[in-house]
Amino acid sequence: MTRINDIRAILQVKGVSKHFGGLVAVNNVTFDLPEGQILGLIGPNGAGKTTLFNVINGVYPATEGRYSFRGKDVTGSKTYQMAHLGLARTHQVVKPLDELTVRENAMVGACFGSKDYNLSNAARVADEVLEFVGLIDRAEQPAGSLNVAQKKRLEMARALSAQPYLLLLDEALAGLNPSEIDAMLETIREIRDRGITIVMIEHVMHAIMNVSDRILVLSFGKLIAEGTPEEIANNDLVIKAYLGDPKLAERLMQQNGNGE
Amino acid sequence: MKNWQKHLGLLLPVLIIVGIAVGVKLTGKPATREAFFTVLKAIALASSLNMILGYTGYVSFAHIIFFGLGGYVGFYLVSAQGWSLWLAMLAGGAAAGVLAFLLGKAILHLRGAYFALATIGVNAAMQAFVTNFEPFGGPIGMNLNFQVYQQYGGAAQALETAFYVLAGIALISVIVSYLIRTSKFGLGLLAIREDEDAAEVMGVVAPNAKTWAYVISAILPGIIGPLFFFKNGNIEPHDAFPLQSSIELIVMVMLGGYGTVLGPILGATAYQRMRGYLLTSPIFKDIQLSVAGVLLLLIVLFVPAGVVGWLRNRFPILRRVLQ
Repeated sequence: MTRINDIRAILQVKGVSKHFGGLVAVNNVTFDLPEGQILGLIGPNGAGKTTLFNVINGVYPATEGRYSFRGKDVTGSKTYQMAHLGLARTHQVVKPLDELTVRENAMVGACFGSKDYNLSNAARVADEVLEFVGLIDRAEQPAGSLNVAQKKRLEMARALSAQPYLLLLDEALAGLNPSEIDAMLETIREIRDRGITIVMIEHVMHAIMNVSDRILVLSFGKLIAEGTPEEIANNDLVIKAYLGDPKLAERLMQQNGNGE
Repeated sequence: MKNWQKHLGLLLPVLIIVGIAVGVKLTGKPATREAFFTVLKAIALASSLNMILGYTGYVSFAHIIFFGLGGYVGFYLVSAQGWSLWLAMLAGGAAAGVLAFLLGKAILHLRGAYFALATIGVNAAMQAFVTNFEPFGGPIGMNLNFQVYQQYGGAAQALETAFYVLAGIALISVIVSYLIRTSKFGLGLLAIREDEDAAEVMGVVAPNAKTWAYVISAILPGIIGPLFFFKNGNIEPHDAFPLQSSIELIVMVMLGGYGTVLGPILGATAYQRMRGYLLTSPIFKDIQLSVAGVLLLLIVLFVPAGVVGWLRNRFPILRRVLQ
């Protein structure tokens, strides 16, 4: 923990809870996110991962607790205010702007994100980002005509066009085949290397173990563990709540080793 | 050199309106001029509706209230307060803009069918209000003293002037429509139309963008209203707030292609010409509106993108010209 406090935290979450009526979706979650890292957010279905994203992103107001972004308390900010401050996200269920072209989709991100670009600069940024995520050949195509893997990349392109400081990736790997996953992981690492901090929700365990600098584990809305991938894979609570089989954890770590 | 090519999409809309004005001037027949007066009015109104319906994706069944309210305010100022027509037109536009701003704050947070339903209520409420508002003549409406036309060179000259002024407003409408369509503001509106939640996550300030789109779309009909009723010489509640006109405007936008600059112009011209034919045909004259209904049904079922949208999808090479 001392190591974390040395580095500047880009996101600080303090005692955040979210209730839906009687259901406690997120329960008193506290963590600091150091700048420049990839943070994995894992846990069983319904653990509150996406809800936590939605609270930080401003989709839902937090029931309790506060959170600050880049040193500023942003509790209760709207989604578009968070976007202007430099937070971008992708959606678990992709939300392409179907009738706009792929380039226009990315331009929306650039125009209204942290940099407030005009249209011609936004087009330039959009093309750079589309090149980076491998969609440049489809720039003129309507976004609705892309396949699932391409739509996932489009979500990523839109978020990156906003030139964010922090990127929230909600299951960016779900529904992709193994080679697509490898390509996407490569992209995610490159994004981090450009200095963008990343929080990613993921169920593809070998991938998240492989790519994350640190991992948080949520279960029934509570933060049950926090640490490096090695620490998480060997954590008894996590094995019981999520990974299930202790052997699986060992195998994941082996794959992780092989993958390096 | 490259610069004019960027604005190729404005070429056809401008040519059509200038063509109508010049064509009418050349023929010099008052009957032709009157027929194309309604076409130009439809083009301007449909283009303004397109800003909220086509660009922003909010279906309004009450677009005609801005025309009606602007018409009433302007007519009142000309007939009872002795204002000049030009100032009255600006006042009509301002009144419509203020109403749209207030309505926008009140009902634009409603999504989809709920917004559409609310606008139907607004249309009915507006008509009921004016019918019972004594300064505006209540259910009887107001008449213009024919003396007023003297300031504009007599009645015949006033009619002709009104036509060319309307052509100017129609031209402004399509230019505004084009400027919005090709601006950053317009990109934000299109994003809202496609997925409002995603647009907000990307930083589009949807509540403000929607309200301003609504206000701009309301000002143009508000300016045209006083001109139309000035030319008519009288104004009555059912002429100023016909719900069916709101629906016909939707048909025009959908027929030509919602969300495009050219679509509402083509849709309005085609629909208005067809309407003229139907109204004078012995078979269709009583069921003219049901033809509009069937037409809307066919468009939604088979050509949801409208004529211009269909052409753009079918022939991508035409996209630069067909905007």
